[in-house]
Amino acid sequence: MKDKILMKGNEALAEAAIRGGCRYYFGYPITPQNEVPAYMSKRLPEVGGVFIQAESETASINMVYGACASGARAMTSSSSPGISLMQEGISYIAGSEVPAVIINVMRGGPGLGNISPSQADYLQSVKGGGHGDYNVIIFAPSTVQELADYAYDSFDVAFKYRNPVMILADGVLGQISEGVILPEFKEIKDAPEWALGKGKERNIIRSLFLNPEDRLTTHNIHLQEKYRRIEKEIQYFEEYKCEDAEYLIVAYGTTSRICKSAIDNMRNNGIKIGLFRPISLWPFPYAKLKENAASKETLFVVEMAYNQLEQDVRIGVEGAAPIERLNKLGGSVFNEEEIIDFISNSITLKGNKYVG
Amino acid sequence: MLNKIVLAGFGGQGIIVAGKLLAISAMNEKKETTHYPSYGAEMRGGTCSCSVVVGDNLIASPIIKNPDIALIFNKPSKEKYEPLMRHGGIMILNKSLIEDTNLRGDIKKYLIKASEIAEQLGSVKSTNMVMLGAFVKATSIIKLDAIINSLTIAFPNAKEKAIELNIRALEAGYNNLE
Repeated sequence: MKDKILMKGNEALAEAAIRGGCRYYFGYPITPQNEVPAYMSKRLPEVGGVFIQAESETASINMVYGACASGARAMTSSSSPGISLMQEGISYIAGSEVPAVIINVMRGGPGLGNISPSQADYLQSVKGGGHGDYNVIIFAPSTVQELADYAYDSFDVAFKYRNPVMILADGVLGQISEGVILPEFKEIKDAPEWALGKGKERNIIRSLFLNPEDRLTTHNIHLQEKYRRIEKEIQYFEEYKCEDAEYLIVAYGTTSRICKSAIDNMRNNGIKIGLFRPISLWPFPYAKLKENAASKETLFVVEMAYNQLEQDVRIGVEGAAPIERLNKLGGSVFNEEEIIDFISNSITLKGNKYVG
Repeated sequence: MLNKIVLAGFGGQGIIVAGKLLAISAMNEKKETTHYPSYGAEMRGGTCSCSVVVGDNLIASPIIKNPDIALIFNKPSKEKYEPLMRHGGIMILNKSLIEDTNLRGDIKKYLIKASEIAEQLGSVKSTNMVMLGAFVKATSIIKLDAIINSLTIAFPNAKEKAIELNIRALEAGYNNLE
């Protein structure tokens, strides 16, 4: 087995993306993801790739649009305010079915907010974000290893479905350094038949459908059929100590790893509690969550945002269990003790025998 | 076993890189570890810190509220971290830059003239290695050899002379702890 190396999240995802075939990066600096463009600017020329620091996030996403339309493996990265600026381009990319990869290392909002870790772009990411009926495939890693693994795989997923893929990380995952085993270099395939300049016929890539035979409706139906197929095929989640659990935490990303440690601690005090962690946030693993929620005393939704993940949890659970929320707002990170205190108190208030 | 370690001082004192070396050494000793810098508008001469967590299981959070151990490189950092230390925690102070070394009664205190020792060895830049050597002696969480063996991994482009200086600084820190 290969040795672990210590790498910062931002750098590990950049290296893994290159190993996954990424040869074009377009971006504009913003904390806490600056190590991604910094790393790409050094590393891409070494592997025959291209790095361009664009004049803005709007320019970055449109450069990605162009590169991916010609069948190249291209990506951009930014943090919350920058990702907001990219939403128009992401809508165009989804509409023209171009396989782009976008990284969002979330920070506190709204507005310019701050540079601290946050999860408050959940709804923007999973419910579209730009205009029109579309979905972006969203992966939410919780360690540097997962960040690298999903960055590596995201290009294959994007090309398989001709759909944008976003990795939703946060300031902690971007800035943390951990041991990681990097994947092997993938062989880069030729541009697919649909790409600009490929195939026998002239290929046209566009999101504009003005003609009177109502082709936009047909196009939208096609997109929705594709989304239903993706929903069937991508359902990523993790269950942690769920088998005998009477209570369940639902959390993703950085928050989920803090919850795991809180769960170990609470179990030492006799509270039977587990974690359901969605990894694909769109498609959300609703069915598996519902299965886990059935017969639970209470579900605790823990997120660094207000009532965002919780909205999807409620859709999935369909009233099968009571739901309580624990939120951290404005770019600050949970510590284990406050999660334990909140849940223990909640259980005590219900007259449960576990907590003295 | 879970140790929450903070390194704090001025930007330019090698705080981040010393933390990285510590984390790499812990990882090579098959421990779980995270390294997390203070990030944002950092600058040379400004305050700077990083958090290193070393444990047996996956580290829950890299962010430290109450440190078990603190390597304090300058006076402002002492003032910042003294009230945050866990009851009975360990503080290692760079005596060269901290005149008043009085601490809360429950904190276990170690002193090292890190900047002066580094300067005598040839470069004040190795203050961070002297501090790390002192940390090894004070806590024995990581062996000195583990850190020495990780130097070439942490600094793959360093010249042999620089590595040697760092080893001498680590050893001097280890041997001169007060």
